[in-house]
Amino acid sequence: MSFYNWSIAGPLKFIGLKNFYRLIIDPKFYQSLGNTFWYVLGVVPLTIIIALFFAYLLNQKVKGQGIYRTVYYLPVVTSIVAISVVWKWIFNPDRGIFNAFLSLFGIEGMKWLNDSRGLFEIIFTPLGINLSGFFAGPSIALVALMIMTIWHSLGYCIIIILAGLQNVPAQYYEAARLDSANGWHIFWYITIPVISPTLFYLLVTQTIIAFNTFTPVYVMTQPPGGPLGTTSLVVYYLYEQSFRLWNLGYANAIAFILFIIIFLLTQLQKRFIEERVYYE
Amino acid sequence: MNKKFVHIFLIIGAIWMFLPFFWMISTALKTQTEALKFPPTLFPQEFIFSNFTEAFKEVDFARYFLNTIIMTFGTAILVFLTSALAAYAFARLKFFGRDLIFTIFLAMMMVPMPVYLTPSYVILSKFRWIDTFFALVIPWCVNIFSIFLLRQHFKTIPQELFDAAKIDGLNHLQIIKNIILPLSKPVLITICIFEVVSNWNSFLWPLIVTHSDSMRTIQTGLAYFAQAESTNYPLLCAASTFTTMPLIILYFFVQKQIMESFTRSGLKE
Repeated sequence: MSFYNWSIAGPLKFIGLKNFYRLIIDPKFYQSLGNTFWYVLGVVPLTIIIALFFAYLLNQKVKGQGIYRTVYYLPVVTSIVAISVVWKWIFNPDRGIFNAFLSLFGIEGMKWLNDSRGLFEIIFTPLGINLSGFFAGPSIALVALMIMTIWHSLGYCIIIILAGLQNVPAQYYEAARLDSANGWHIFWYITIPVISPTLFYLLVTQTIIAFNTFTPVYVMTQPPGGPLGTTSLVVYYLYEQSFRLWNLGYANAIAFILFIIIFLLTQLQKRFIEERVYYE
Repeated sequence: MNKKFVHIFLIIGAIWMFLPFFWMISTALKTQTEALKFPPTLFPQEFIFSNFTEAFKEVDFARYFLNTIIMTFGTAILVFLTSALAAYAFARLKFFGRDLIFTIFLAMMMVPMPVYLTPSYVILSKFRWIDTFFALVIPWCVNIFSIFLLRQHFKTIPQELFDAAKIDGLNHLQIIKNIILPLSKPVLITICIFEVVSNWNSFLWPLIVTHSDSMRTIQTGLAYFAQAESTNYPLLCAASTFTTMPLIILYFFVQKQIMESFTRSGLKE
């Protein structure tokens, strides 16, 4: 389909590679790719690191582990639409609870979902470095989406990592303690290598899920795609081209590229990270 | 690490995870004026339940609930049937190209949904299925991962059982119904729960294949409501509360199975 000029009405016309040519020169496509890049780069590692932290704490045989697990896992079964509605309200610039919370510490609230300024732009401009476009980093609006996404996927990752931690054989820890290794050493040289297949699995699946994010962009940002298009992720752009503008052929060219990127990324991760993963 | 610190961190984490839910319910019980106060009040000064009834009046949430229930259970039942049959074939029958077909099935699982969104839409519109329950249910009536899970499970059932059943003169369907399915209850429950949760929450697909108000599911209905009433947050929070409640209640009853089914099958948006 990506080789055709295809709209829902009107004749079908074979146009060869023109859709791909159009894609190469489309600045909006590059913007959505750049947004997705920052989004994935922010969401995936942070989610896994935070989840590792909480899973490690939960694994300390604390009282009430069941209650904590229940609460942490709760977002996983709630719909992203409802959650996006609630977080939009939380991030409300004038009345939202997020800014109210910040003001308790005397921090001035931000405009969050309406703010198109890049994160690095804000950090580096006072230092006299001007960054724009892709290098301005994710916009504040996109950062707000990232915070929500991390919140939403955290519980799932915690439970998966916790299951991994509980499978670490106790005699490994005993042996390490006999060798008088300290807590940090045990964590770094025993726990991490043993659960590395779990972490690798999460890395791959979370990357794919993050690449396919659509709902928060659609529900939370107004106009959809955010201020100046700074929250338009690839799948949202695909949706817009396909089901708002009815450029079905062009949308398929985008879908094709998306597929290639995801495929290559998982292969790359396999190649370079799986080598370091320790399997028993 | 000191146990006290562990608890402090865990409690902070739990508050952070629970706060949005608390805020959703709290706002849903406030009047519009109180909700817009700044700094906000944590608990409603007086509890108002009219937001719930009003949200139901504004748009046809009853209809959306009905649509979602039809979609969810229709899909779950079909997946149950197709998975059981296909998994039996892949696990126990010998036919030409079986392993090749299974490999192709598994490879297809790698393709993320947005990639085939547009082609699926075109195919469904050729069938004139757009905006019908067929479009909501039929494309999802086969779930490869369920087939995979069941196949793995069927392979662990000892061959002697099958031989005995054959000697007793049971045909394939009878073997499935009387012998295999009763032995596979945990896996089947896992599959059904996963289907119910993911269909109840599915959004992008219903958004694309349905247009009319009477075909909206609970999720697309909520998104539509959120755009129509973009500033009336007590109403929106009330609507969000009753769209999430059924699954949250289900979660408190079958928490273990839900965690299990998602741990096994991965997430799908």
